[in-house]
Amino acid sequence: MARIWVYAETVEGKPKSVALELLTKARDLGEPEAVALGPGASAAVESLGKHGARVVYAHEDPAFRDVLASPAVDLLEKLVQKHGPDLLLFGMTYDSRDIASRLSARLGTALIANATDVGPGQGGGWAVVSPIFGGSTLVTTVPRTQGPPIVLVRPKAFAAQPLEGSAARVETLTDAVDTSRPAPRVLKREKEEAQGPRLDDAAVIVSGGRGLGSPENFKLVDDLAAQLGAAVGASRAVVDAGWKPYAFQVGQTGKTVKPTVYIAVGISGAMQHTVGMKGARTIIAINKDPEAPIFKLADLGVVGDLNRLVPQLTEELRKRKG
Amino acid sequence: MAINVVVCVKQIPDPSAPARLDPASKRLVREGVDLVLDPGDEHAVEAALQVAEGAGGEVTVVSMGPARAVDAIRRALSMGGARGIHVQDPALQNSDALSTARVLAAAVKGQPFDLIVCGQESTDGSTGAVPGQLAELLGLPLLSFARKLSVEEGKASIHRQTDEGYDVVEAPLPAVVTVTGGINDPRYPSLRGIMQSKNKEVRQLTLEAIGLSGKAGEKALTQEVVDLQPAQARKAGRVIEDKGEGAREIVDFLAELKVI
Repeated sequence: MARIWVYAETVEGKPKSVALELLTKARDLGEPEAVALGPGASAAVESLGKHGARVVYAHEDPAFRDVLASPAVDLLEKLVQKHGPDLLLFGMTYDSRDIASRLSARLGTALIANATDVGPGQGGGWAVVSPIFGGSTLVTTVPRTQGPPIVLVRPKAFAAQPLEGSAARVETLTDAVDTSRPAPRVLKREKEEAQGPRLDDAAVIVSGGRGLGSPENFKLVDDLAAQLGAAVGASRAVVDAGWKPYAFQVGQTGKTVKPTVYIAVGISGAMQHTVGMKGARTIIAINKDPEAPIFKLADLGVVGDLNRLVPQLTEELRKRKG
Repeated sequence: MAINVVVCVKQIPDPSAPARLDPASKRLVREGVDLVLDPGDEHAVEAALQVAEGAGGEVTVVSMGPARAVDAIRRALSMGGARGIHVQDPALQNSDALSTARVLAAAVKGQPFDLIVCGQESTDGSTGAVPGQLAELLGLPLLSFARKLSVEEGKASIHRQTDEGYDVVEAPLPAVVTVTGGINDPRYPSLRGIMQSKNKEVRQLTLEAIGLSGKAGEKALTQEVVDLQPAQARKAGRVIEDKGEGAREIVDFLAELKVI
């Protein structure tokens, strides 16, 4: 049976949700095993086991948290050579992208990014599906190298499901970590947490784009979101312009979201953005341009002046709430 | 001490034009589409220029691509780059990320540099693998997803994008840095810059010249695209024009969806 490895990032002893999503998928592909590195790795074993990992390779050294990529790449190279897994799955996160790309060069193996599905290929091996052009086209790519291919999977591509009675055996690693080489070190971590619900798990999201015209005008979106108890999102144009911090960005380079309702205000619907939100169950769009591509995705589109419409909408919701 | 910077750039089909794939070759259709310097790379060029200008160094622009990719190099030179290196070889058609990284690594090896700057990912492919692979092949630290960059006393320091905010990360030089779109506002080339760029040297290199004959491009593919399908499209819904009832329509719809 194929051995599927999931690189499981952990935060304070809890696996990131994408790791649990990947383990759930890995159960369909073969025998899942996980690698968890850094302080709290052992504490994450139980949850990884519950989601299907048979074995968790855990190493608690703080260097995995404080030095970017290289310590993890060194250890993964050794582990891959020792155990010979058939497929390496990573979540498409900042840290995993660094590790996966370095590891692919180290091992000389294929790296396939932005995946939303992985399965057995025709005549053996693997086939990886990734959306391109904002999700309008799906490409299937097959690895052509010796050694395990590396696949970076977009968060929320699969739903995480615990498995009845499943538990992992821990293999506690104590290999020496070489930190003598020149490497990027994390000196400080700064949080820019948003108020209200988090984009990742909000049922309703209100997102604003360049059509709002000015950073001050983003308040229209903030007010509407507050009235709905919704999370606030933003397009890349808005984030690049400095109107909102990066943590708000929805899209290719930002977050992938799957809320029940996504309200896009003054967002034209560039591919960069839509790839991150077209999984929403229902999309509502407000834009002054009837030709805006967002209207091709929206369940309800309203062509109009957002400066009038959005405050009206907020007010109407306030009245209904009574 | 002067700090010399290499910036890696890519020419891509104008991202504001609708993209098309050729169903036969399964590659991007480049014919009849305007080709531009990747807008993400403009931020990399700007970041490279700011570092070099602040430290009295020079910027070398490196690109791999067909003959016309030289236009993207010239664009970066017109912004202020000192010289270009263009790796061009028929065998490089259809290169994948690892192959591209091998070519760029070999091309910059003969070049004295303190820092390599790249965009965090190309706007057309969005894989984002080349900078990490390049750093690994050169044995250099990678400072990724920088939204702020400062270089001093033999080290580079960045504000690295995270899900919750940013991390302050530092590495000794030489190093590879990738930048996000938020890092700066790229300058427009001046008329003088455009005129001067025409006389700047762009070295043309083949695979043989960088010692990679048969080791990159089509002969060394790590992966192959085997299928292309249109994704299941979302069904477009109702589009109405707001004549004063728009807000009410949305509220009714939200009530129907039971979110209020």
